[in-house]
Amino acid sequence: MLQSAFIPMLLAAVGLYALYKGVDVFPTFLRGAKSGLKTAVELLPTMVGMLTVVYMLRASGAIDLAAAALAPLLNLLGIPKECTALTLLKPISGGGGLALGSEIMQRCGPDSYAGRVAAVMLGSSETSFYTISVYSGHLGLNRLRYAVFAALCADLTAFAVSAAMVRLYFPYM
Amino acid sequence: MLSVIWVAFLALALLCGAVTGRLDAVTAAVGTGASEAVTLAISIAGLMCFWSGVMEVIRASGLAEKLSHALTPLLRPLFGKAANDREAMELVSANVTANLLGLSNAATPLGLRAVDRLYTLAGRRGSPDTVLTLITLNTASIQIIPSTVAAVRASCGAAAPFDIMPAVWGASVASVAVVLLSARILRPLFPDEK
Repeated sequence: MLQSAFIPMLLAAVGLYALYKGVDVFPTFLRGAKSGLKTAVELLPTMVGMLTVVYMLRASGAIDLAAAALAPLLNLLGIPKECTALTLLKPISGGGGLALGSEIMQRCGPDSYAGRVAAVMLGSSETSFYTISVYSGHLGLNRLRYAVFAALCADLTAFAVSAAMVRLYFPYM
Repeated sequence: MLSVIWVAFLALALLCGAVTGRLDAVTAAVGTGASEAVTLAISIAGLMCFWSGVMEVIRASGLAEKLSHALTPLLRPLFGKAANDREAMELVSANVTANLLGLSNAATPLGLRAVDRLYTLAGRRGSPDTVLTLITLNTASIQIIPSTVAAVRASCGAAAPFDIMPAVWGASVASVAVVLLSARILRPLFPDEK
């Protein structure tokens, strides 16, 4: 009950607070929505490039091969085999991760165990390699010391805890 | 980097398809993948627009700034002496707040200005811990409302697209804790050259 009220309550609270603060709410909303549309439009070509490759890799059997190879390790962490390839792709490419995650949700069902784990994995992790390269490139850092290792530890944690949280919140069996 | 990976994926699909004898399916996947991508991008565009609009209202009402101020004392201990620099801490808080609210377009420019300031405070040489702390923090950021993922769930017909939020929070908090902790532990093993 409380959980299903969260989003409507948040929306109403934000709207009321903004009115109280004298914000012209609807034009402000529209300005933000327009920039969201721009993001969505820019996402379309990325998704075409990435989802097509994901479908090709899926059809060729490469994704299942990767899953089979990594299964022992990921089993240990409780990550479902359907999400194996996602653990490899998400740290490298945000668009690729979103494409593969969407494909998993579509194929297994958004409310299935694997579908939910894929969604939580996407929501709780960042594109670590990309982020590190943007920031270190900006400053021209020569050495990254422990940064990559720490970021990978964090990703692995996010993935393992994602699966654990889904099992905890949504008892499937 | 991404170009190499993308081409490697294409080559991998060809290779695997040839070995498993599924090249027909791989060829068919080009068409279905491309058209599915358009369907998906269009069906998630609505919710993405909506949240982006709500976030703009949150920003304009001053709520984002309030959140940013509230976070500063929590972030201070992570940055040692640099925490005394007002400009640096304001930028760091604003970057973390933008990540929390899922304002990815705003988060990166703020983050870049923040690391710039931190790098200057550390004398602009080597790879100072304060800079690496903010970079690694950005590789494990928490998003309060995972709106893009919820949009994808909605487009796939999920019963309650946002019901994954507590699970996302738990996993994000754990990953932030691990990134800070592992960076702290590894620090002495990777000394900065001066």
